[in-house]
Amino acid sequence: MIEALGRNILNLTQTAGEMVKLFGQTVLYFKEAPRNLPSIFRQTAEIGIGTLPVASVLALFVGMVLALQTGSELALYGSQEAIGAIVGLSMVKELGPVMTCLLVAGRVGSSMAAEVGAMQVYEEIDALKTLEISPIRYLAMPRLLACLFAVPALVIFSMLIGIAGGAFISDINPVINVPYNVYYENMIRAIGYLDIVKGIIKATVFGGIVAHVGCYVGFKTRGGARGIGQSTTRAVVMSFLMILVADYFLSRLMM
Amino acid sequence: MSGFFKKLMHGFSQDSDPVTNYEGSKGVGLRIENLNKSFEDNHVLRDISLDIQAGETFSIIGPSGTGKSVLLKHIVKLITPDSGKIYIDGQDIFAEDVDKKPKGYRYSMVFQTSALFNSLSVGENVGLWLREKRVCPENRIRRIIREKLRLVGLEGKEELMISELSGGMKKRVAIARSLAMNPDLILYDEPTAELDPVTSDELARVIMDLKKELQLTTIIVSHDLNFALYLSDRVAMIDPEGIVEVGTPDQIKASENPVVRKFIYTTTKGIKGED
Ligand SMILES: Nc1ncnc2c1ncn2[C@@H]1O[C@H](COP(=O)(O)OP(=O)(O)OP(=O)(O)O)[C@@H](O)[C@H]1O
Ligand SMILES: [Mg+2]
Repeated sequence: MIEALGRNILNLTQTAGEMVKLFGQTVLYFKEAPRNLPSIFRQTAEIGIGTLPVASVLALFVGMVLALQTGSELALYGSQEAIGAIVGLSMVKELGPVMTCLLVAGRVGSSMAAEVGAMQVYEEIDALKTLEISPIRYLAMPRLLACLFAVPALVIFSMLIGIAGGAFISDINPVINVPYNVYYENMIRAIGYLDIVKGIIKATVFGGIVAHVGCYVGFKTRGGARGIGQSTTRAVVMSFLMILVADYFLSRLMM
Repeated sequence: MSGFFKKLMHGFSQDSDPVTNYEGSKGVGLRIENLNKSFEDNHVLRDISLDIQAGETFSIIGPSGTGKSVLLKHIVKLITPDSGKIYIDGQDIFAEDVDKKPKGYRYSMVFQTSALFNSLSVGENVGLWLREKRVCPENRIRRIIREKLRLVGLEGKEELMISELSGGMKKRVAIARSLAMNPDLILYDEPTAELDPVTSDELARVIMDLKKELQLTTIIVSHDLNFALYLSDRVAMIDPEGIVEVGTPDQIKASENPVVRKFIYTTTKGIKGED
């Protein structure tokens, strides 16, 4: 029992150590990014454009539900003007970054783990090494950079859509009945530039987590098609947990 | 942990090395000394020692599962041995500081599974090393790709995707990809396993021509005895106990060793036994 616990802790520290090291190496290869520009562009486009439709739908409905529930509650006390501030702040500081990045983890992180994992299992990574092409430079670096560009952009977009969704519901719902201009003024007064910057910082960190976990798990894949399947799940679970933990600490740090 | 990392870091220091002397190959000597490797309690390689001359065509034959692929992967540094040494061109390839200086030779390996990059086309697979290393201008790279594909009988197939190929075509693309490096040392793991007899003959001719032209060192692992014996300067027979015999094809064919005789004089795959 204690032995098993010890082994688990050992595994955890080993994984953490490996991840930090891999991250360091990936970042070191940033200086060679110009050589892989086409690959970085392709990845960025794939992540950004590919996730955009789902992310929009998600943000729209989160904004709408948020406005509907808080708005009708606020209406009881006659303070529904605050709805713009509430929806705006939650989208910018919390919901936009976290929800979008959880979505990206499910969609992009899993496919990265599967792709890199398949390359590991089918000896493509070995072949890269014999061609003296570093798998970190060729695979991990472009993916990490692409996520660092694409995810914040996606998150900004989600914030806007969510806010728009909230505004729409506030306007048409007869109970809430807050016109667009009131919603907008209220929101602008509440959100500072710093809030937006903090939201974008979160998005960047979460994006980095998704790409890094996807590649790390991919590289560690063993054991055929089954192993690839396990890696996909593992990448999603790991990024979810890491995003949530990072969210707490980032929020605390940037209070 | 460091093991995993070292594996990933493979080639890190050479990555930015300029590729010198792409035109010629020189052929390098290879010495393997008392190599041992176990996977958990499976002792795969036992005290393997081999001496392969520069420019030699050397074949390794032996039953399935005796560690032939594992041996080749040691030579290209994908696996590190438990004990023993490998010298290429006089350099201990597992020495601590070996990655700090340029190697001065190139090797490449044709994997048993071909190990092509599935997300790239045939042409991109063959040209990947040239492009990543910026060996020469793009139009020259295209010419080299066409030339190497022609050598393996796949002329004009640049645009096909890997998933559209048959097993034998994949193997030939893998061979073209290795040849595109102009290696000094080339390793073939089962090059003919998925090839028809005519293509096998053509591959044999290509390997012989390369040897005449470039003096490169060639190591072939094959179950195709006729192919191995026909091409090779020397052949080594390996079995679970280690290396059984090394000799020229004629010496191997005339061997008195029962293990060797049993392996090469079989009915369906071997050379015809003299009964
Ligand atoms: N990465 C690995 N981990 C654990 N065991 C391995 C690994 N690679 C190879 N082995 C084991 O090593 C032994 C030799 O494998 P290898 O692939 O070298 O055989 P081989 O001689 O090439 O056989 P074949 O002629 O069928 O290709 C096998 O028993 C295999 O299970
Ligand atoms: Mg093999």
